[in-house]
Amino acid sequence: MLQQLGQLPMGWLLIALIAVFGSAAFFLGRMRAEQLLETSTGRMHSRPNYHGYYVAMFTVVPVVLIAVAYAIFAEDLMRSQLTRELPSSFDRLSPAELQSYLESVRMAAGTAATSGADRVFQAITNRYLELRGVMNTATLALLGLLAAGGIFWSQRRLSQNFRARAVVENGMELVLFLCAGVAIATTAGIVVSLLYESLQFFQVVSVWDFLTGTRWNAQTNAEFGALPLFFGTFMIALIAMLVAAPIGLFSAIFLSEYASPKARGWIKPILEILAGIPTVVYGFFALLVVAPAIRQMAVWFNESVIQMGLASEPILAAQPTSALAAGLVMGIMVIPFVSSLSDDVINAVPQTLRDAAYALGATKSETVKQVVVPAALPGIIAALLLAVSRAIGETMIVVMAAGKSARISMDPTSDLTTITVQIVSLMTGETGFDDPKTLSAFALGLVLFIVTLIFNIVALRVVKKYREKYE
Amino acid sequence: MDTTLGMSTAVDDNLTLPPATDTAAAPRIDCRNIKVFYGETEAIHDVSMAFPDRAVTALIGPSGCGKSTFLRCLNRMNDTIENCRVEGEILMDGENINDADVDPVLLRSRVGMVFQKPNPFPKSIYDNIAYGPRIHGLANGREDLDAIVEKSLRRAGLWDEVKDRLAAPGTGLSGGQQQRLCIARAIAVQPEVILMDEPCSALDPIATARIEELIDELRNRYCIVIVTHSMQQAARVSQRTAFFHLGNLVELGDTSQIFTNPREKRTEDYITGRFG
Repeated sequence: MLQQLGQLPMGWLLIALIAVFGSAAFFLGRMRAEQLLETSTGRMHSRPNYHGYYVAMFTVVPVVLIAVAYAIFAEDLMRSQLTRELPSSFDRLSPAELQSYLESVRMAAGTAATSGADRVFQAITNRYLELRGVMNTATLALLGLLAAGGIFWSQRRLSQNFRARAVVENGMELVLFLCAGVAIATTAGIVVSLLYESLQFFQVVSVWDFLTGTRWNAQTNAEFGALPLFFGTFMIALIAMLVAAPIGLFSAIFLSEYASPKARGWIKPILEILAGIPTVVYGFFALLVVAPAIRQMAVWFNESVIQMGLASEPILAAQPTSALAAGLVMGIMVIPFVSSLSDDVINAVPQTLRDAAYALGATKSETVKQVVVPAALPGIIAALLLAVSRAIGETMIVVMAAGKSARISMDPTSDLTTITVQIVSLMTGETGFDDPKTLSAFALGLVLFIVTLIFNIVALRVVKKYREKYE
Repeated sequence: MDTTLGMSTAVDDNLTLPPATDTAAAPRIDCRNIKVFYGETEAIHDVSMAFPDRAVTALIGPSGCGKSTFLRCLNRMNDTIENCRVEGEILMDGENINDADVDPVLLRSRVGMVFQKPNPFPKSIYDNIAYGPRIHGLANGREDLDAIVEKSLRRAGLWDEVKDRLAAPGTGLSGGQQQRLCIARAIAVQPEVILMDEPCSALDPIATARIEELIDELRNRYCIVIVTHSMQQAARVSQRTAFFHLGNLVELGDTSQIFTNPREKRTEDYITGRFG
């Protein structure tokens, strides 16, 4: 019996119960309000629907809380109870091994997979199912009780002058606040976990060695000098910005100052499509088209230089993957970030300033160059900073086209590696969380987070200051 | 009021000015059969009028009557508006400024404009004034430019207030000062005509009085056309007044005559406040 209860599909059941209790409560509440309306003289404070929402709120909220608590704590509670009951032969297992054993129990529970297994496993699985049955029954009972109580209690409060609408409005506000809170809590959680793992890493490797060391070989030699990664990241971001800043800015100027509304209606969406292309597509474009072309040009350059007798050996590295290839393609990728934001800030420059310049006999290009762009400059700088932080954090293009050699080289045709590439290669494949190799990925992530955070904060501040000026 | 009326008698109905001025015989600007279209809509219907030199002409009329649109014809600012089209002849020195071979950039250096809202560039006071002379190459070197800036600010009656802070941003001045800065900026290009589109509508009465005084001083050097919503202002500063209604020029005459003895019923109704 308990074992069968243990096999209840609790997820679906909880959702169904919430829906059933919620709608029942709503209709009951509304009915009660309508009765009140008939028997009372004069107007009610709130419409019957609000009374319905009120009752539903006080029924659903406790039920949802129970469901959430079940989702978070039930499994752990069952496992800890099960662990206590395990035979002593399990004492020699490490916590990790124990967890993976319990996980296999959970997977096997209630399926045919137990029939061929040994007796101990069968017994443990059955016991697990029993425990789950108890847990499920208790949860459902508690839930039903709370829901019934909620309906009963909140129904009784309804009256002609009861301010159900105000309560519901406050409830809505709380729901919206909680939704906003989820994003903030998630960010905080990510930061905390980054910090925690990074601190563990910095117990093995000193911060100073990590930030200033010039040799990176995390995979084999446990060398954690991240300077070549920082160098590669900034080199590629620099190349990207050299592409994106002028092209993005000029296209923004064209769009906002020169293009006819018709042309603007065409070009702007196309530019914004660039932002919608998955970065992995940019990645293989970089790897298959741009990188070979750059290599070819570099080879040709080397040969010509040697032929002309200007050098005795090749000058450029001419490697099959290169910083230049990744940087160029990344630059194309961030163009829409620059152009779209710059376009917005240029449009925000008041028309009266342009009129003033035209009325003085300034030409269009003089007006743009000397009045519009200087007035929009803070916003343009902010757009560029946001694009930089996007370029620094970009992963897929560099994973595919930048290469994996951690080195400091000014030659853009040599392959470089970046922070993001190293994080990917450290976190894929076999990983253990007590290994400095894996932990170093968190330290890299922390650096990345801090750098992009600084860029974003500065950019947003600049934008804000600029907005205040014209609004 | 008395002085205004006294001055306006100097201008007779044939738009000639006293013989003391050389160019008195011909009007500074002569508009013939001007029509303005926004897309298919005709906003100005066949307006002909002339603007005398060294005098202030006021354009009055209810909102939307086309007076600002008409004003913007005179320096071809309507070119900057999409789907706006101007027909007719506007003669300056015998040349039609609407001709295809007239460069609007050069035209605008001869016809300055001051706008409704003060619109100084977000640059220093000095650079605001120096902007026009720089783009038109009017100054030979720094000293010359300094002289132009000082002269323009003096003429706009702003020099004493800002001479110690020429490097401060122009946007930091008060509204009235900003508007005088904009007038100085227009003067710095050495225009022949100054157009003013409700230059005092964003200003308080004291700043307005200051600008009106200034307009009266500038009248001795320039042909000034001012659009205004305030009939008192038109009466105070102008010698000629044109009343616009629904895109038509209803009546044009000496300011004293328009305000004391209008020929048209609609003019009378408007200036006595019966509509508009």
